[in-house]
Amino acid sequence: MTTVLLNIDLALVLEKFALILIVVMGSLGVAMYATWGERKFAALLQDRRGPSKAGPFGLLQPLADGLKLFFKEEIIPNFSSKFLFILGPGLAMLTAVMTSAVVPWGDKVHLFDRDISLQIADINIGILYVFGVVSLGVYGIMIGSWASNNKFSLLGGLRAASQIISYELAMGISLIALLMITGTLSLKEIVEQQQTGAWGGFWGWNFWKQPLGFLIFLICAFAECNRAPFDLAEAENELIGGYHTEYSSMKLGFYLFAEYINMFISSVIISTLFFGGYDIPFFNEAAHADWGNWLALLGVGALMTKAILFILFFMWVRWTIPRFRYDQLMHLGWKILIPLALFNMLATGGAILYFFNK
Amino acid sequence: MQALTKRVKAVHRKPMSFAEKLYLPAIFKGMMITLGHAFKKRPTVNYPEVKRPFSPVFRGMQILNRDAEGRENCTACGLCAVACPAEAITMEAAERQPGEEHLYREEKYAAKYEINMLRCIFCGLCEEACPKDAIYLSETFAPADYKRKQFVYNKSELLIPNPKEDPEAYKKALGNRAIPTTNSLDQQ
Repeated sequence: MTTVLLNIDLALVLEKFALILIVVMGSLGVAMYATWGERKFAALLQDRRGPSKAGPFGLLQPLADGLKLFFKEEIIPNFSSKFLFILGPGLAMLTAVMTSAVVPWGDKVHLFDRDISLQIADINIGILYVFGVVSLGVYGIMIGSWASNNKFSLLGGLRAASQIISYELAMGISLIALLMITGTLSLKEIVEQQQTGAWGGFWGWNFWKQPLGFLIFLICAFAECNRAPFDLAEAENELIGGYHTEYSSMKLGFYLFAEYINMFISSVIISTLFFGGYDIPFFNEAAHADWGNWLALLGVGALMTKAILFILFFMWVRWTIPRFRYDQLMHLGWKILIPLALFNMLATGGAILYFFNK
Repeated sequence: MQALTKRVKAVHRKPMSFAEKLYLPAIFKGMMITLGHAFKKRPTVNYPEVKRPFSPVFRGMQILNRDAEGRENCTACGLCAVACPAEAITMEAAERQPGEEHLYREEKYAAKYEINMLRCIFCGLCEEACPKDAIYLSETFAPADYKRKQFVYNKSELLIPNPKEDPEAYKKALGNRAIPTTNSLDQQ
């Protein structure tokens, strides 16, 4: 007689494992080409040409960059605490990649007689998970900067920590207004709600219901990603690179890479929350359910397009707006964005109570 | 306070209006400026693939000329070395032996002819000093190198390709500037 201790669906495990592999590799690939895109886009805005020597249009440039980083000498400063020094970039990378677990990349795909959901984990507290992991991301920067035993690094780390704490508040409050409308924390359900608007879902996007919330969320996303104009943590000209001053070789690469993954993931989250996720605008998905897998893949394409547009927007802002001063950053975060987010929350709550509470 | 000069301009520091305090219109304006640059023509020339033409009076690396028969023009008179303000040119003369008439145009020739490209200032005075059209400044320049020693160019590096053996390379090296030497000496 055999007793089954745990009834594990092996196919499910395999399916999820494959999905994790694809998502992680996919986000690494996107981040890789985001570095290329960043350089090309910067060149475009500054009347330059950008990388053009490695492969056609310089497409092999990120590979060359990665190879270079691997071959660089790895220096661990004598006075650093070695364990934390190595832990820092690892944490930054880990948290950056972990966020993608709850993102609904697309609808169901029917393969091998199974309905495979294109989402690694449809947990009902999806947004909270994202917030939790993103706030953990600052530990990578803080630990790395503290372990470097360098004043510039420490200043960079302090800046990053205070900045992320300040902006997370406004971000959270702006999201509460959105959650009052959706009534759910699951990212999948939020996307499905947005698909049912007029014009094939286009007018159902949360952006139309929460424009102010979107603006606050967007600004805070810039701050959370440590991107210009809020890149005070690395501020090259005052802090010599900030938290990664002491880092070299692929550890530095991890930090830089984590930033691009963060940028990609926040673009995806913004698209999911405010721009319908994998919803294809001006196209009624429900009427074309017989397209099956192709429809799901088209949805993935739609999400990726939105995310890439947002990444381009991130870059566009970076090459336009100069860096904030530290006091200006705090002023914007605490005195403008938080009151604005609170007002948005109250206004949304009032509108819901007055118009829709029948 | 009395102004020190007449060029003083009073700055009006009036408080910002609400629209200005929002910053968003200003940010939008700035973004449009950078976006506008995306559609501008880029002035960069893709250097190694695309080369900008030199001006017709460009003075590049020296070339020792041959006549149409492929004989060296230089007679090692030393006028170029005297004219050179940077003292970059050194040479040793030798006498042409019977049977070498197809190599050297006149009885005397330069057995050794060196130009130190690190000293050369590409002024072109050697070209002006030369009575035999033997040296002129081409439209190429000395390529970068790792060692100082390699910047001392000897005769084999300076000589133009032989027009009899390699007419195409000769024409290319000749460029637009040098006048092909006529065999005036032979006609005399």
